Amino acid sequence: MAPLLDVRDLRTYYVGFGGTRVVKAVDGVSFSVDAGETFGLVGESGCGKTTTCHSIVRLLAPSARIVSGAIELEGEDLVPKSQAEMRRIRGRRIATILQDPMASLDPLFSIYDQVAEPAYYHQSLRGQALRQRVRQLLSAVRIPSPELRMKDYPHQMSGGMRQRIVGAISQAGGPRIIIADEPTTNLDVTIQLQYLNLLKDLQRATGVALIFVTHNLGIVAKMCDRVAVMYAGKIVEMQSVRGLFYRPRHPYTKALLDSIPKLGVKEPLCGIPGQPPDLSDLPTGCSFHPRCGRAMDRCRVEEPRQDDLDGAGTVRCWSPVEELAARG
Amino acid sequence: MAKPLLEVRDLQKHFAIGGSFFGRRRALVKAVDGISFTINAGETLGLVGESGCGKTTTSKLVLAAEAPTGGTIEFEGRAVAALRGAELQDYRRKVQVVFQDPYSSLSPRMRVGEIIGEPIKAHERLSSADVRARVAQLLELVGFRPDVARLFPHEFSGGQRQRLAIARALSTSARLVVLDEPVSALDVSIRAHIISLLEEIQQRLAVSYLFIAHDLAAVAHLSQRTAVMYLGKIVEVAESLELCAKPLHPYTKALFAASLPSHPDELREEIVLTGEVPSAVDPPRGCHFHPRCPFVMPRCAEHEPPLVELAAGHSVACHLY
Repeated sequence: MAPLLDVRDLRTYYVGFGGTRVVKAVDGVSFSVDAGETFGLVGESGCGKTTTCHSIVRLLAPSARIVSGAIELEGEDLVPKSQAEMRRIRGRRIATILQDPMASLDPLFSIYDQVAEPAYYHQSLRGQALRQRVRQLLSAVRIPSPELRMKDYPHQMSGGMRQRIVGAISQAGGPRIIIADEPTTNLDVTIQLQYLNLLKDLQRATGVALIFVTHNLGIVAKMCDRVAVMYAGKIVEMQSVRGLFYRPRHPYTKALLDSIPKLGVKEPLCGIPGQPPDLSDLPTGCSFHPRCGRAMDRCRVEEPRQDDLDGAGTVRCWSPVEELAARG
Repeated sequence: MAKPLLEVRDLQKHFAIGGSFFGRRRALVKAVDGISFTINAGETLGLVGESGCGKTTTSKLVLAAEAPTGGTIEFEGRAVAALRGAELQDYRRKVQVVFQDPYSSLSPRMRVGEIIGEPIKAHERLSSADVRARVAQLLELVGFRPDVARLFPHEFSGGQRQRLAIARALSTSARLVVLDEPVSALDVSIRAHIISLLEEIQQRLAVSYLFIAHDLAAVAHLSQRTAVMYLGKIVEVAESLELCAKPLHPYTKALFAASLPSHPDELREEIVLTGEVPSAVDPPRGCHFHPRCPFVMPRCAEHEPPLVELAAGHSVACHLY
């Protein structure tokens, strides 16, 4: 079966200073997402995970260019589409949930207006049918007394509720895939758990696929089926979530797993030396080599190719980790 | 046992909100509502809770940046509220702080040497050469070469800036450092470094920390004891490992259940809290947690449970025990 979304060799560069400065934010990224699947995209700030998502929905900054690659949604390439055509795709077939709900919601429109808009445009609902749909969407994200709350404005709601409204809006156009970019970073832990469970429930009810963009491996462990780890604009490792946690192959993935404090365990933490590289001035060879404990001479000069892990995933490393991860 | 370095007893801070200039006050936010804890020399006390639970107000009270509405803070056996002039200045020298955001806590117009040297000059009479030598020592302590003293903060990354902020907090030989979410703003791969650095510094200098965060795993990792706050009150306090192994208060259990797994096959007790943290303006009667508590009983809505020590060092405020 063809995947729902197939991203192949995507390159998105930011070009500045009259073309003299090129930042390769996304540099040859390939992955695919199946219907109903939850795919995680993990990495630290500046690794290109958000630019990857913005390329998919084409909400890029003016200085960004999709240089090459294909983004196929249900077999149809989105890259050559015009912005006018993209407007008919965003909200209807791909929806997004962003980190800060207050930035996604318009303070001047009521909750009803904002939740109704995608259903009005994409599903041509009007009158009572539209109202009925908004009520149903609000109850699906567990807003108490939806009939009353739909008249409210965003400032009358708490942070957790606002993010649930954004979740309702993302569902309103009936999309096949939702891109959630750090959707719980601004929420408190107990509210975060509520929200993650809510997304799972929505997914079970509608069969929508989820791309979860996060820097938090805990969210990946809880939510995702498969995961790609990004570093300096490239996917350095892609595996099933269990595979990644039991047997991380890229040294960066292993180091990330080792650097997280585990509840109730007082072992010393192993940080990763150095810091993420500047994307406009990348190291030669493998971008991770200056921070890598396993770096060899080859890593400094030759960029590793993407290797298949016997059908279980891919890794970009000249010397992948062999040993199993310590269980947390 | 020796007297604790810091002893907080029944500390309260209420803020009046609403109300016009001439009108009456309309409401009282009980941001901190009668909390007590102690910190021994060389010890780390963790303080966890969700936003709005009063963690940051507590840190401001300990830093003497806000005056408490009620209760006392004693430092080295002396009441902080009674300190004046030179004594208060000495308290501020000994109690320092590291903030969450290393971008807003370091002045962009000052060189690193000035940033770290300023508290030394404010508190001690030292020649400029001695100040420079002290700055160089502090920079080495947090893992920099001494010659970074002439650079400006914008030349450093977030993690490096946080190390500068730590050096500044230690510059006046502080005995207690308040760490207010010191790693939340940093990338995952950098956090472990900062936590390890803080541990190493504590071993070398025997400084005490009050570590405030919402990340339970990080707090439990760094602190010997951990206190859990909910709506202005401490609901449970215990040795960190004991708290992880045997959380008693339903809220603590829910926090553990809500903290993300470190592994896809990690089993978690599922306690999903309904609703959200109520406003501190009008907290629920009785136990503040009762409207969200899965084990609520009739008397929880009536009587507020006191904080009771159940086992050595493990106290909990809940009618279940």
